[in-house]
Amino acid sequence: MRVPVSWLTEHVGLTEVPSADELAEALIRVGFEVEDVEQLEAVTGPLVIGRVTEIEELTEFKKPIRFCRVDVGTRGSDPAEPQGIVCGATNFAVGDLVVAALPGTTLPGGFAIAARKTYGRVSDGMICALDELGIGDDHAGILVLPPDTAEPGADAAPLLGVADGAAEAVLDVAINPDRGYALSIRGLGREIACAYDAPFGDPTAINQGLPAVEGEAWPVTVEPASGCRRFVARRVTDLDPTAPTPWWMTRRLLLAGIRPISLAVDVTNYVMLELGQPMHAYDAARVTGDVVVRRARADEKITTLDDVSRALDPDDVAVCDESGPIGLAGVMGGASTEVTDTTADVLLEAATWEPASVARAARRHKLPSEAARRFERTVDPAVARAATDRAAALLAHYGSATVAPGVTDAGPFPAGDEAALEPVRMALDLPDRVAGVAYPRGASVRRLVQVGCAVDVDSQDGAAAVVVTPPTWRPDLVRPADLVEEVLRLEGYDVIPSVLPAFAGGTGLTMAQRRRRQVSRALADAGYQEVLPSPFMAPGVLDAFGLDDDDPRRSAVRLANPLDADRSLMATTLLPGLLDAVVRNVSRGLRDLALFHVGQVARPDRGERSDGEGRGTPGAAPVVGTAQRPTDAEIAALLEGLPAQPLRVGAVLTGAWEPKGWWGEGRPATWTDAVEAARTVASVYGATPEVSDDRHAPWHPGRCAALHVDGVLVGHAGELHPKVLEALGLPPRTCAMELELDRLPVHEVLARPEVSAFPPVLLDVALVAATDVPAAALEATLVEGGGDLLEDVRLFDVYSGAQVGEGRRSLAFALRLRAPDRTLTLEEASAARDAAIALAGERHGATLRA
Amino acid sequence: MSGTNDSFDPKQVSALAPEALSAARDEATSAFAGATTLEALTALKPAHLGDRSPVLLARREIGALPPQAKSDAGKRVNEARLAVQTAYDERHAVLSTERDERVLAEEAVDVTLPTTRHPRGSRHPLTQTSERIADVFVAMGWEVAEGPEVESEWFNFDALNFLPDHPARTMQDTFHVEPPAAKQVLRTHTSPVQIRTLLERDLPVYVVCPGRTFRTDELDATHTPVFHQIEGLAVDKGLTMAHLKGTLDAFARAMFGPDSRIRMRPSYFPFTEPSAEPDVWFPQKKGGAGWVEWGGCGMVDPNVLEACGVDPEVYSGFAFGMGLERTLMFRNGLPDMRDMVEGDVRFTSAFSVEP
Repeated sequence: MRVPVSWLTEHVGLTEVPSADELAEALIRVGFEVEDVEQLEAVTGPLVIGRVTEIEELTEFKKPIRFCRVDVGTRGSDPAEPQGIVCGATNFAVGDLVVAALPGTTLPGGFAIAARKTYGRVSDGMICALDELGIGDDHAGILVLPPDTAEPGADAAPLLGVADGAAEAVLDVAINPDRGYALSIRGLGREIACAYDAPFGDPTAINQGLPAVEGEAWPVTVEPASGCRRFVARRVTDLDPTAPTPWWMTRRLLLAGIRPISLAVDVTNYVMLELGQPMHAYDAARVTGDVVVRRARADEKITTLDDVSRALDPDDVAVCDESGPIGLAGVMGGASTEVTDTTADVLLEAATWEPASVARAARRHKLPSEAARRFERTVDPAVARAATDRAAALLAHYGSATVAPGVTDAGPFPAGDEAALEPVRMALDLPDRVAGVAYPRGASVRRLVQVGCAVDVDSQDGAAAVVVTPPTWRPDLVRPADLVEEVLRLEGYDVIPSVLPAFAGGTGLTMAQRRRRQVSRALADAGYQEVLPSPFMAPGVLDAFGLDDDDPRRSAVRLANPLDADRSLMATTLLPGLLDAVVRNVSRGLRDLALFHVGQVARPDRGERSDGEGRGTPGAAPVVGTAQRPTDAEIAALLEGLPAQPLRVGAVLTGAWEPKGWWGEGRPATWTDAVEAARTVASVYGATPEVSDDRHAPWHPGRCAALHVDGVLVGHAGELHPKVLEALGLPPRTCAMELELDRLPVHEVLARPEVSAFPPVLLDVALVAATDVPAAALEATLVEGGGDLLEDVRLFDVYSGAQVGEGRRSLAFALRLRAPDRTLTLEEASAARDAAIALAGERHGATLRA
Repeated sequence: MSGTNDSFDPKQVSALAPEALSAARDEATSAFAGATTLEALTALKPAHLGDRSPVLLARREIGALPPQAKSDAGKRVNEARLAVQTAYDERHAVLSTERDERVLAEEAVDVTLPTTRHPRGSRHPLTQTSERIADVFVAMGWEVAEGPEVESEWFNFDALNFLPDHPARTMQDTFHVEPPAAKQVLRTHTSPVQIRTLLERDLPVYVVCPGRTFRTDELDATHTPVFHQIEGLAVDKGLTMAHLKGTLDAFARAMFGPDSRIRMRPSYFPFTEPSAEPDVWFPQKKGGAGWVEWGGCGMVDPNVLEACGVDPEVYSGFAFGMGLERTLMFRNGLPDMRDMVEGDVRFTSAFSVEP
């Protein structure tokens, strides 16, 4: 909310008005964010009021130009003559009051005015537009002041609030959602009064001097289903529709960022800013029959003031007359009863709507109006009468209107004391206990009274307590904690000391957390760069990956409101994000890449729905309250609907693993590096993955390794499919691995190693087997066949060629055999080796190479 | 060598004559000095120190001397031999040193040639910052809690005292998940982990929750739809706002140095009452030390405690949360958030692996 300082302090009894910056600091201290302090720039020199006495249209130029004679009293170049000024605007007529910057004036921005020749005339000054005066950015025409604002020749700067040394400032204050009352001069002025411990005069208490109330203003029915708490109406008649808005009001509206329109509309806006009560002015002559406040019907429509025809929702609340809806409650009025430039009979409305209902309607119709902003943060229901009276009085004063004696006050809001909010009982020392501060005696009560509460001290149970009745504009004060906050913020957070809690009960990071950190360190140590790609995935990438239609990775969480409609899914695999990062780096000329990412993926396909239905798509959420801890069944129901979100690590490699250099040729990153990365990760968990060949998109069908630990599939590694790489614009031979960290076993303690000090027997065997027998399978068989004596097996050579025959290859293994309790004999070792070879022959048709 | 006593005449054993020994010694010394390579020196060795060398031959003659002459002769021979050996050793040492120097000189390389056959990797600064912060709290006895990113609205909003249709819900522009009836969102903050923690763990709890969070902000220099937060929650008997301030002060000192500290401004969050926004005193601030806005905090709202089955009459708590991107931006002077998400390796590699 933009607040001119002169207005903000109008009702506060300050002996000396602080500077705008000091006021901003004060507001920040009591909990209001001041986003900007805008100091109007002062105008120096002869800035005067002028009256246009003569207009000569100069027609020989491309645009309309006027040479004007302006009566500036005795301030002109020739005190006896009107000033001659050239003007490019046309929004004024002879007799209008304008602001003239005479030679010697310096306008905001250091714009010095001097007499100058232009358009063939001497222009002895300038007729000013608002933006030229530093008041807003309106340059639609020059500023025309209401008649009688001042006499020609009078100093204009004080009137405009741009006088040297007394220029107005505007604070832009952000109002938090719990403080609807502060969206007004009344509310913010009270906060200033609290901050300065100054007296505050509530503007609603000002007697508007209206005639005694008699009868109703208009027949109004408020249907309970509408949720409307109060609907106050008051009527003014015989309004002069041509009466201008007084300049002081126009100026405040402009500074507050509200466009002036007409007296009737300006008054309702002014009262809204002053008292926080959004208002509406109907042209009473166009309202037909009784007014009914009710929920809209499904087929109803309304054309709102912005000339948009809107279909109403049954959840909308409408103000209706016999013709149907004439207002969308709390959001915007209707066009059919709009106040026009001929309206003389005005029906003023000040209503209190249900906050949530207005919030929904404003969102539904995408109409975040000033009124809706206030209603959804709650408006003081007690202020409606004062608001209608204030508006009626202003219209009577400035529009020569007659205020009708009738007042309609409909809706369930009770009159008098019954309108009071529920009292809250609070232990007197609660603020001290929450803050950790011993406040001065009486501070809590004083602060609560200051914000408008009625406070009774009550110590009937022996413990001192206060019974606090919050004011009607503070419906947010419902619990002791809410009162505590008022005391703490007004006493100042700076008095709260700094004390460390005495707690030392933690057990550090869990083993899973430590291992996860180490995964990231191990990969970085191995040469990988960590990236944090977006988890938003395009469905198309799964097609490019060549996934089957029923691939579980296609079952993804879908966003209802993605930022980018193409990327509407939550990633089910880390690869798309990593590959995006590769594409970006390559496009920036960085071609040798090894990237990794540790992150959650969302896998609805792994949900365990107890109703067994629609795996992958969550059902309706259970309704769970917040008044107490949910039952275990309720918690389970909430969790069950969520997708599985395992933690994964992914890595991609492309280009050179070792670059070409002065040392010779480099080495490209290959599938082996991808598998090695997977081993690196597994080793962090003390695991050695079993590697087997697999066909798993998007990997190359002949270069894809599946990795298992303890028989559980933990992921894949290898080279990506050439078609996938082509489709995604990735370099050829790009490799990748992805492992699910949550599937790796987290052992608090790893298995005890057996370290025998007896000498080993080292034997080599070369086995010839069909090419499609995986090395890992052969090795696993040797381990099994070799039994306990076989301590280590290492493949050291692979040969294929004429010597071993077509379709076969030789794999040479170094075996290390050892006994735990004795020196192994060569006979024993040979027997173990022979057993291993025999099993390899039986399993894989492998033979000892001749 | 006829005659029985002939051999006792020293004149008959000319090799043992002092002149002969002296000549042999001088010849050897001069020969060794003339050798310019180790190989040449080695080649000279048999002639002057070998079995057939004059000195060695002279020694053999000692036996033929009369007993009274043996001692003198032996002494002379040994002296001569030692002198020759010393001459050899000294020359050998000189030539060895020369050779070593030559070899080392020949082996010299340009050590400024690039050695980066395989570049080192690095960890993302956000990960490192997150772990750094977690470590600060672990050192104070806190633990680390985690939760999922696709979250139930009940955890993300309801239990955190965000009323339905309350404008507070629209303060955080939320990604919603299909279908709407499932009431699931991408968590807009790490605060749902507070709820999970209170439901799962025994009191007291002191946890920090780092994690990835989401809001529908378009990516620009200071916004990203996917960002990271770290949240702290303490629930115990007798916790006050002074404890919140003390904890944040300690946190600030750990992150920004011993001169750093916190001040709090009153604010509003649905899940805390009272609420505050902390400013941190940042000594290294661009343009001079100053206050920097740093997240949100407050005393846990009693409604939140009640929703988790914690009695607010017995327990109280405080909570705080900071954006990691923002923390990193001002701590490291990074001007553009986009660098953190785009994955350009030049960005990440600048941050190495923080210990």
